Amino acid sequence: MQRQTVIGRGVRVVLLTLVGLFFLFPIFWVLLMSFQTNQDILRIPPSLVFTPTLENYGALISGRLESTAGVLEIRFMNNLMNSVILAVSSVALSLLLGIPAAYAFARFKFRLGEDIAFTLLSFRFAPPLLVLLPLALYFQQMGLIDTYIGLIWVYQLITLPLILWIVRGYFEDISEDIEHAYRLDGNGWFKTFTRIAIPLAKPGIAAATLLSFIFAWNNFVFALILASADKQPVTVGALAFVTASGIQYGQIAASIVLSVTPTLLLALYAQRYLVEGLSLGAVKG
Amino acid sequence: MSYLSLGKLKKRFKNEVVLDGASLDVERGETVVVFGPSGCGKTVLLRLIAGINEPDSGTVHIAGQEVTYLAPEHRDVGMAFQNFALYPHLSAFDNIASPLSARGVARGEIERRVHEVAGLLKIDHVLHHLPKALSNGQKQRTSLGRALAGNPGVLLLDDPLRNVDAKLRYEMRLELPRVLKAFETTVIYVTQDYKEAMALGDRVAVLMGGGFRQVDRPASIYKDPDGTDVARLFGDPTVNLVPGTIEGGTVTALGARFPLAVSLADGPCQIAIRPESITVTLDEATSAGATPVDLGIGEDTHAVPVELDAVTPLNVRAVMLLRTADGRELLATCSEDEASRLPRGHGRGHAHIRAADLLLFDPAGRRVRPGERQ
Repeated sequence: MQRQTVIGRGVRVVLLTLVGLFFLFPIFWVLLMSFQTNQDILRIPPSLVFTPTLENYGALISGRLESTAGVLEIRFMNNLMNSVILAVSSVALSLLLGIPAAYAFARFKFRLGEDIAFTLLSFRFAPPLLVLLPLALYFQQMGLIDTYIGLIWVYQLITLPLILWIVRGYFEDISEDIEHAYRLDGNGWFKTFTRIAIPLAKPGIAAATLLSFIFAWNNFVFALILASADKQPVTVGALAFVTASGIQYGQIAASIVLSVTPTLLLALYAQRYLVEGLSLGAVKG
Repeated sequence: MSYLSLGKLKKRFKNEVVLDGASLDVERGETVVVFGPSGCGKTVLLRLIAGINEPDSGTVHIAGQEVTYLAPEHRDVGMAFQNFALYPHLSAFDNIASPLSARGVARGEIERRVHEVAGLLKIDHVLHHLPKALSNGQKQRTSLGRALAGNPGVLLLDDPLRNVDAKLRYEMRLELPRVLKAFETTVIYVTQDYKEAMALGDRVAVLMGGGFRQVDRPASIYKDPDGTDVARLFGDPTVNLVPGTIEGGTVTALGARFPLAVSLADGPCQIAIRPESITVTLDEATSAGATPVDLGIGEDTHAVPVELDAVTPLNVRAVMLLRTADGRELLATCSEDEASRLPRGHGRGHAHIRAADLLLFDPAGRRVRPGERQ
């Protein structure tokens, strides 16, 4: 690497700081808000100086929101739990179905294969509202409305195509000869799939898992229509903070902080798989 | 029946016929080099033997058992791929151990066998490295080791020296026969380098136009090629092909008349002359009093006047570019020693060719065998 001049390095630091500030400022501001009372938040002009309070977090965790209009029950922790259940099981189911399907689409040419793959992808560009009303009617008839299973099923529309298409690309990048070599060593196709194909597609699987988890976690409209209060995730649950006595900005900020944390942790954890370029140098190009 | 037997294999991809009735029999422990121009279906042939692809028709037998449509893992076949195809997430040790662990060999035995193979291939010291930390030569040896470790009945080597540098290729060309002998396995070796074919093959099978054109010992193919296409492909520098005419027991070519040992029907023909069968003398040397015999040229040779255009030293041999009176180019070789006595640039002289060294083909390029020559 070239040696950098002191000025060059200084300019780089300043620029990076500016970019970082620009992107991180909203998160930083929300974090500050979550430690403020509604009065502090609504003060004009806004100030960085305030007495921090854990009131907002306390209200969320205890589930009791005390406002001027009286005591309000909120089910934030319950919503958070719902989010975890819905996102984790949807992604798990999608991985279970999507990875073998992606492998099949990548490795085998079969009749209508491309069409099926594309149909699955097209679920991503249909506006959810278009399918939601008929879906709600069907779900009512089938008894799936307001159940985890029904929601997880619908969430497949979001997670499955994503996992299928990302992982398929990674499978296609693995040299087929590597798998042929493993077969010739005396291993069956299933062992080749689990011992060679999946480990080599790990960066792709990690990326797809993370992305689909974020999409599932952030989904709003499916749960709004298809689930009632006790099955709703945080995205829908946050509506409860818009109360008759005003909007509870402090609690909204605190709930954002709490609901962003799992995704953030997952992203940090998955990062090392994302950058791991395993197949480098294995095959002479 | 021989150990490996290919019966009339046919394979087409889309509209392109790659193999069209290729048949070959290989004895147990024999090394057969499949040699042919690029794109002639050598790799496809290996894949049919390995079971990676299935033929459209035809059969593959290994050890007397038909395996044409058997899955690769049940065939007792090892293969080294041209692109190495190592498992990137496993160490060199685990790569080589793979066929052994797939067969459920005990851990201690695996250790012993892997080290034995690695020792033979001189990669002991890098066994704990991942493939990306290996040099190309080490990768190639690891891939060879993996193919050998399971001691397969049939070993397929798909141009394994293609992707390594010239020095390494030279080394491996000398070393491979020893390694292969140590395993006493039946080997199909694919290459388009005629030197490798000469160095490694008990027999060479020339694959062209979808089938085997000629299967014989390497020296026989070189000395006695079945067609002009085989002659042209097998040999470096390339053989000289010149038109000639057969008339009354002689053949006329390059303005000289060569006697034929047997009588052949009169008519046009093609003649191949290996560059090393041409001896070149320069006019200055002969006019200085030396006779052709002094220069090591037999009396049954025929001299063709030529102009020497260029001398290119190539390792131990030098290649000379000659031009005949009618403008035809000829290649000739001699030792560097002899070449050092030639001028670097132009020179007038004679190409001396023995009638016995002529290889005769009909105008379509098929071999005309004059029976016993000489």
